[in-house]
Amino acid sequence: MSKPVLRVQDLAVSFRSYTGGLLSRQEREIRAVDGISFELFAGETLGVVGESGSGKSTLARAILGLVKPNRGRVMWLGENLTALDDEAMRQRRKELQIVFQDPVASLNPRMTAGDIIAEPLWTFYPNMDRVQVDERTRGMMKMVGLLPNQINRYPHEFSGGQCQRIGIARSLVLNPRLIICDEPVSSLDVSIQAQIINLLQDLQAKLGLALIFVAHDLSVVRHISDRVLVMYMGQAMEVSEKTRLYRRPLHPYTNALIKSVPVPDPRLAAVARRESWLTGDMPSPFDRPRGCIFHDRCPFRIRRCEADVPALRRMESGDWVACHRAEELDLTVR
Amino acid sequence: MTALLDIRGLVVEFDTPEGVVKAVNGLDVRIDEGETLAIVGESGAGKTQLMLAVMGLLAENGKAHGEALYRGRDLMQMSPHELNGVRGSQIAMIFQDPMTSLNPYLTIEQQMVEVVMHHQGLKREEARAHAIEMLRAVRIPDPEERIRQYPHEYSGGMRQRVMIAMGLLCEPELLIADEPSTALDVTVQAQITELVRELRERTSMAIVLITHDLAAVAELSGRVIVMYAGEIVEAGSAEDIFYRPQHPYTRGLLASVPRLDKASDDELHAIPGNPPNLQDLPTGCHFRDRCSEAMDKCRRPPPLWLSDSGRMSRCFLPMEGGRLQAGQILPPEPEREPADTAGPAEGEDE
Repeated sequence: MSKPVLRVQDLAVSFRSYTGGLLSRQEREIRAVDGISFELFAGETLGVVGESGSGKSTLARAILGLVKPNRGRVMWLGENLTALDDEAMRQRRKELQIVFQDPVASLNPRMTAGDIIAEPLWTFYPNMDRVQVDERTRGMMKMVGLLPNQINRYPHEFSGGQCQRIGIARSLVLNPRLIICDEPVSSLDVSIQAQIINLLQDLQAKLGLALIFVAHDLSVVRHISDRVLVMYMGQAMEVSEKTRLYRRPLHPYTNALIKSVPVPDPRLAAVARRESWLTGDMPSPFDRPRGCIFHDRCPFRIRRCEADVPALRRMESGDWVACHRAEELDLTVR
Repeated sequence: MTALLDIRGLVVEFDTPEGVVKAVNGLDVRIDEGETLAIVGESGAGKTQLMLAVMGLLAENGKAHGEALYRGRDLMQMSPHELNGVRGSQIAMIFQDPMTSLNPYLTIEQQMVEVVMHHQGLKREEARAHAIEMLRAVRIPDPEERIRQYPHEYSGGMRQRVMIAMGLLCEPELLIADEPSTALDVTVQAQITELVRELRERTSMAIVLITHDLAAVAELSGRVIVMYAGEIVEAGSAEDIFYRPQHPYTRGLLASVPRLDKASDDELHAIPGNPPNLQDLPTGCHFRDRCSEAMDKCRRPPPLWLSDSGRMSRCFLPMEGGRLQAGQILPPEPEREPADTAGPAEGEDE
């Protein structure tokens, strides 16, 4: 790996929320993504994990310019996407695609599978000849494990897993270099999840794609990722190489997430009761803790955590962490 | 052990524009007092419809027949009024999505107190005290304060805890939990699981957990039923199911879950094909078009293997330590295809 294809620098997205009546109306800010930075290389998969409300989906959308960031840069092959006008950004979308969570809801029910997959071709290459489009569409269907003779069927005639294959074929039809998958398997049955994960891995190896895989399921992310970004309330807690992250997390929040994952094994489950020391709920987005954003739920907090915001810093291993105590804590997973 | 709920020959059908769909196909399930039973299956398995039918909560286009004997009384024959007396007081059910099960226009207090007054005939003040106590039992902080709030003022995990508290209000003998933690984050899931474990230790309540999540099943242990396309394909203790799975579907399901404790970068094992389409099931064994061990004879209804310890498997492959159900014989090897595939399926359990 040489230079990163994607470099996200201090990216931030806020939403406005209004409370109160007509006269007492107050505007409040929700910081959904709050200064995220990372790099992504060609052929690499970055997993993004965090609880609901941690900002992982907003981050995905901000990278693609689907929501407007209010700070930071998205450097794609050396070019700042956040500075592009709409038409220029539209052209870049050939290279950056997204696969959504709910495969059935994200497909237009009135279009055939073939039309859904071919639509990006019509949009970007309106003069492409029909035969060529048809050929390419059938080729895509074959590549994602659909039968080309299903080209004229409608989404409701497919199962959830097959709809997700249609979504993936559509995202690949323009030969992108980066695909962002936002919870692509969380609405699928277990036996089907595995099919889609294997498919994504095959395609990535075959096409040399860079992949951002957003998911709340840590086992799935462990399986597919090279590195993992752990988010909490819009901020990066840790960005680490996968094996290291799951063996010895650097951040107490990562540790809490890993320890919460249930093991499908009754004997192990009986001895290793899931640690529930991650008490309480995520704080309200209007009432963000001072200092370290995680300190009020952290079992390892010291006084410094209540006042100083820990910067995301690079460790000797090359991993990144935002915790004052990263060096002294040993969070090795047994 | 005495049977608390004994379901026999339950069939659930739905009228759809495309014709009648059979969601549950002649199911027998027995739940003993104080036991934990997990019903596992993927979409289309019929696991939710089974329990909804027993509780008289099927959608309008659904019909059910069969028996569901609750302490000897058939729930299926009860009038809505009688059934209301059982639901909520002796049997409680909690659902996957707490937000749609709670009334957004009423405070938690209004929703909880009414239930207790109705079922237990307590006065308002007593009922309120009891509700607060239940909220404390499920670890809602400041229950005296929070009982006055509306559902939207609670987080997702807290709402699910409120649902559990409501289910427990009348100290039911049977709690049916349908995917109670599926919509929640892992961190919150862990808390809910701990809570259910604790309650089980403190009370003698029987629990039926309906889920697609094998990890949730492992955590609660107990007895396990695996369903596929409206039928039980395998049953046994959690130990049996996880360490000695017999049915190819159970084995496939276990192998397709990525595990943190046995992490590997190998390709995941996937069960090929699609979830069962109830309108177009393969004849004979409904799993055969996805099964890695399918044989020619699987076109006929598979036999049922049983063991003394209560294990069960519905497959042509012999079950470890099992014997064929009385009256069933394995078909002799290569044979002509059965002429009528619909007929034998009905007489199977006779």
